[in-house]
Amino acid sequence: MTIKVKAYIDRENRKVEVELKGSPKVSDLMKKLKINPVTVIVSRNNELILEDGMLKNNDEIRILSVISGG
Amino acid sequence: MNCCNNKPIFESYDGNRLCKIHFNAYLEGKVFKTIRQFELLDKEENLGVAISGGKDSLTVLSILKRLSMQNPNIKICAIAIDEGIAGYRDRTLATAQEFCDKNNIRLHIFSYKEEFGLSLDEMLKILNVKPCTICGIFRRYLLNKKSKELKLTKLATGHNLDDECQSILMNQMRNDMKASARLGPKVGMVQDEKFVQRIKPLYLCAEKEVTTYAFLNRMLDSFNECPNAIHSYRAQVRDMLNVMEQKFLGTKYSIVNSFIQMLPMLKEKFSCGAIKVCSRCSEPCSKDICNACVYLERLKNKAVSSLIEPKPLNN
Repeated sequence: MTIKVKAYIDRENRKVEVELKGSPKVSDLMKKLKINPVTVIVSRNNELILEDGMLKNNDEIRILSVISGG
Repeated sequence: MNCCNNKPIFESYDGNRLCKIHFNAYLEGKVFKTIRQFELLDKEENLGVAISGGKDSLTVLSILKRLSMQNPNIKICAIAIDEGIAGYRDRTLATAQEFCDKNNIRLHIFSYKEEFGLSLDEMLKILNVKPCTICGIFRRYLLNKKSKELKLTKLATGHNLDDECQSILMNQMRNDMKASARLGPKVGMVQDEKFVQRIKPLYLCAEKEVTTYAFLNRMLDSFNECPNAIHSYRAQVRDMLNVMEQKFLGTKYSIVNSFIQMLPMLKEKFSCGAIKVCSRCSEPCSKDICNACVYLERLKNKAVSSLIEPKPLNN
């Protein structure tokens, strides 16, 4: 089974649609997007989810960078 | 291990999984413990908090504000520096002002343009230097000078564990242990009335923890990164550290904790005795003329138009 997830990456200000196989977790989405999980927090419906959180079909995910300032 | 039956929203590097309520208590407790452990505050303080409008400085301001409400002997205000970075600082300063208004905190804003006659963007058109170098020199200069004018007893900053870890490694890779001797939760090597003591209450809080706290407490604005940050050595060290942290959880804590053990020896080795003052502006420095005056002189010599003439620094 394949699911589709919409992800908004705030650091790049872009939205992507990702297809994931099986029963994917947030960590699978990170791997697919080549994002180091140390550098982000992830939310769904304005609630934070952990790396082992399960993703569902049509989930809308926000990937928020922990890096800021300068 | 989960903290309770509520849904966990944060997992620490050592495997503790915390819900929103326990995470807030964990982070605030960590900050209060840092303040106690390193004796960052005295019983009475006229405390300034240097803020940018970003998550780190708003987090430290929010927690210290709560502390000051519990303890009337700790008075608090905020200071922000407007370097003049188009499209970046104006947005973060608006966030800072909004936060201070909402929380009844007095915010003092000082700008490069008003104090030096030039914004950072204008300075960078004149001088061929790395933005972060010149920006840091003028920002530290203004923060110290204005903190003294405001009669602040200490100045808290939003520097977190990741910032400190990056600084430690950068100094080692540049063989600049004297700079490392000035690091730590209390900045500087000597206490002197010419310096307003800078403190780092988020010293042991990882950037991811601070971001989580800011998100949960509605202090996380849309993503903002200084456009000059990509030029910095720090950004490369930060990325390297994040790769190591992903592979070996706890790396950043290990670096900072081992550094804390070395810090007293570094401070002793590089103790510089009495602080000099700049012969031009009377601000503290290690040479005859401070770096801010050196750069202002260079700017003056290279300025191409009287419209962007830098101002002299006065006492």
